[in-house]
Amino acid sequence: MEEQNVHIGSAKTYVAVWLALLALTAITITVATMHLGTFSTLTALLIASIKASLVLWFFMHLKYEKKLFKFLFLIPIATLTVMIGLTFFDIWYR
Amino acid sequence: MSEKHLQNEHIDYTGSKLGMWFFLFTEILLFGGLFLIYAVYRAQYAQEFHNTAHGLSTILGAVNTIILLTSSLTMALSIVALRQGKKNSSIVFQAITLLFGLAFLVNKYFEWSGHIHEGLYPNAPELLSRSHGEILFYGLYYVMTGLHGIHVVIGMIAIAAMLWLTVRGNVSGENFNKLENAGLYWHLVDIIWIYLFPLFYLIT
Repeated sequence: MEEQNVHIGSAKTYVAVWLALLALTAITITVATMHLGTFSTLTALLIASIKASLVLWFFMHLKYEKKLFKFLFLIPIATLTVMIGLTFFDIWYR
Repeated sequence: MSEKHLQNEHIDYTGSKLGMWFFLFTEILLFGGLFLIYAVYRAQYAQEFHNTAHGLSTILGAVNTIILLTSSLTMALSIVALRQGKKNSSIVFQAITLLFGLAFLVNKYFEWSGHIHEGLYPNAPELLSRSHGEILFYGLYYVMTGLHGIHVVIGMIAIAAMLWLTVRGNVSGENFNKLENAGLYWHLVDIIWIYLFPLFYLIT
């Protein structure tokens, strides 16, 4: 059996991350009521991405994984970015 | 399974986790495709999406966000507890995670019933009489939160199975990678909701 002593974070860290996630949820709801126009979508997506990163990095302990896992994770993200980017390139400049 | 077999059983911890991550990548691309469709239609019908989103309850959405975030915490804590040899607290944390999942679905049930009661479901005469953007918004809303809801159910089945295996001792402080993989799935379901919440409930 290999590396059963892998580090996966402490209860204290997880509670801190959870509190940060709740705080970010409160912030995103507050920002949504401020009518920032175009920026409201951008800030909403930015805050959602910060929250997703916290979950990935700590709860899914990507932080403690080998470089391989971190690198592989970039592949679906890059694929999606290209897909969404090219689609909007088409829509905006058609 | 004989004693000898158990001793010789090869457990590839990294391989198992890698397989799970590859599966999660396909899930990211599955929902990514739906987010792309959403983005295109929202760009095309910005004002109508904006108006229609007022029909969704921000409070229900926020409550469900808090429920899922907290369930992710209890899931992570169940693994910590198991690795510290606290089998019983791990079982309790897994059970709490299951209850949060159930609470999420109950909320979702009331939310959907409300919309259906108002005649706002796919192909409903009431919905079809409304604007094109509104029909698209509700179509995407049902497909995306529905597919996410199915994932919550699958996640709950996986956690229930882990709960059973933990009670029986098949999942333990020395052999916890099944629980960890179930946890990875549950966290991904949480991440998808993190994006669904602002995109459907917080358009202003």
